[in-house]
Amino acid sequence: MPANRFNGHSDYGIGIGLRVPHYAHILSKKPVVDWFEIISENFMVEGGRPLELLDRILEQYRVVQHGVSMYFGSADRPDRAHLKRLKGLVRRTGTPWLSDHLCWGSVDGTYTHDLLPMPYTFAAARRTAEKIRQVRDYLEVPICVENVSSYAEFHASEMTEWEFLAEVVELADCGILLDVNNIYVSSKNHGFNPYDYVDNLPHHRVGQMHVAGHTRFEKYILDTHDHPVLDPVWRLYARATRLCGVTATLLEWDDKIPSFDEVHGEALKANDFIDGAKRAAV
Amino acid sequence: MKRPPKHAPSRIASTAQLRAFQRMMASAIVRPLTADDGLQPKWIDGRPMDRVAAEFIKPNDRLTSFERLQLYNRMYWFRLFDAIRDDCPGLLAALGERAFRRLAQEYLTRCPSRSFTLRNLCSRLERFIRERPALTAPRTALALEIARFEWAQTIAFDGESRPVATVEHIARTPPGRLRLGLQPYITLLALKHPIDAYVIRVKRRDALRSEASNTPDAAARVHRAFRRTPLPRPSPTFVAVHRHNNRLFYKRLDPAAFRILGALAGGLPLSRAIAAGGPGVRPRQARAWFKSWMALGWFCARGNKRRRNAS
Repeated sequence: MPANRFNGHSDYGIGIGLRVPHYAHILSKKPVVDWFEIISENFMVEGGRPLELLDRILEQYRVVQHGVSMYFGSADRPDRAHLKRLKGLVRRTGTPWLSDHLCWGSVDGTYTHDLLPMPYTFAAARRTAEKIRQVRDYLEVPICVENVSSYAEFHASEMTEWEFLAEVVELADCGILLDVNNIYVSSKNHGFNPYDYVDNLPHHRVGQMHVAGHTRFEKYILDTHDHPVLDPVWRLYARATRLCGVTATLLEWDDKIPSFDEVHGEALKANDFIDGAKRAAV
Repeated sequence: MKRPPKHAPSRIASTAQLRAFQRMMASAIVRPLTADDGLQPKWIDGRPMDRVAAEFIKPNDRLTSFERLQLYNRMYWFRLFDAIRDDCPGLLAALGERAFRRLAQEYLTRCPSRSFTLRNLCSRLERFIRERPALTAPRTALALEIARFEWAQTIAFDGESRPVATVEHIARTPPGRLRLGLQPYITLLALKHPIDAYVIRVKRRDALRSEASNTPDAAARVHRAFRRTPLPRPSPTFVAVHRHNNRLFYKRLDPAAFRILGALAGGLPLSRAIAAGGPGVRPRQARAWFKSWMALGWFCARGNKRRRNAS
């Protein structure tokens, strides 16, 4: 299912995140890249270099917006001023879909700037789905919600994370940005089988996937995005691709960022697994 | 953020309970770290923090509830410390590592982020320094000026720009009625120290350190050589922090030119703004200034937004 209503019926291939250290290379060499993912908040400004750069990128490339501050899971109402600004950016980029995280991070208007895990309860799922619908209706663009990596679980939870994700996206009738690295990280931190997670999702709702690197510490794994993708994550990606179909995929590399070619080369490794999934489907 | 509940809700069956849970966890996450970068051992009501954490966070076979909460507490502070250091290299250099961290921790505790973006993290820092001078003593005056200057850079980098006032518009409006606005991304600063030159020196030093970071021997030499950028000596400085072709610039201004720009920004018509420059301003000099400012695209139609210019 390369194209579905959750990714705007687009058929994007393998993209990478647009990051500052690569700007000069991209603008001067114009490398062939299927698409770039931008962090919406970096361009929700009123002027200056960020918007100039974005416009130059948009002249050459397809761009998809990925947010880090919508906080669908926060009990607070969506901020109208924030939505208005985001809608302006959506119009500017023409993003076929927009993603943000299934998490919370602000309360009473105070921001933690973190992607905090949800308590997996039915009430939280209803509230989250309601906000996703409100945001989608206002922005008029399909929305995919991304599963986050987490380091804590709560007594109040009433279901597994993947059950919660499925509950939210069904209630909101939205898509999933499936981050297989986050599944792997959380599985190690919480002791569940990552394949149970991937196997039990509404696969038809997956509109995009993320892969990334992580860092293993003595007692936990951190989602650091500063390494190549590790083999267990690629294997999980292969499984997800077999189940969901070939899906727009993006490599996240946000710290200790190497050259553009190295990052792009790492992202293109996804092709090996996509080819495997295609062969298995024949 | 409103005060958290005494206990985290054991069930979350409503939005109100979700909000109570989020107040509880967020309050714990934003609490200042201990001296060794840990979660504080006591909760705000004096109860042991490990008991409070265990009320709502599950432990696992490797980490206690306290330790899991501590991960988020640390990540919060490290992320915000990094952001404020990135935005305020001059203030960090002037105060030194310890005093800067104490200031940052107090600031972020009293003025937690109210914006979706870390870009706005330092928007209230100048005011905070003014309200809590002990945190920057004996360099409070200098710290205030650097904080003001570094926030002006943020505005200049990505602040709003408006259509530039055209020569035709200016030419056809009588000077007694012509009111020009300054581009919103420009901040005029009257400083008692040459902060612009100081910040440039600090950035150069930091860039050199960064360049040397892959070679330990060189890094050590650079660190010794650039241990401290000399603090600026008092010297009246008038500067506009602005951008041109989307690059950040600091433009030194003659005091009379500064007064003229300030008067225009304050809403005076052109003829009165020029008069505000003082009796020593010759027409030829004023023309040269305006020619330069026009070339930089500094003037726009006046808007309703209040100017941010500092005196």
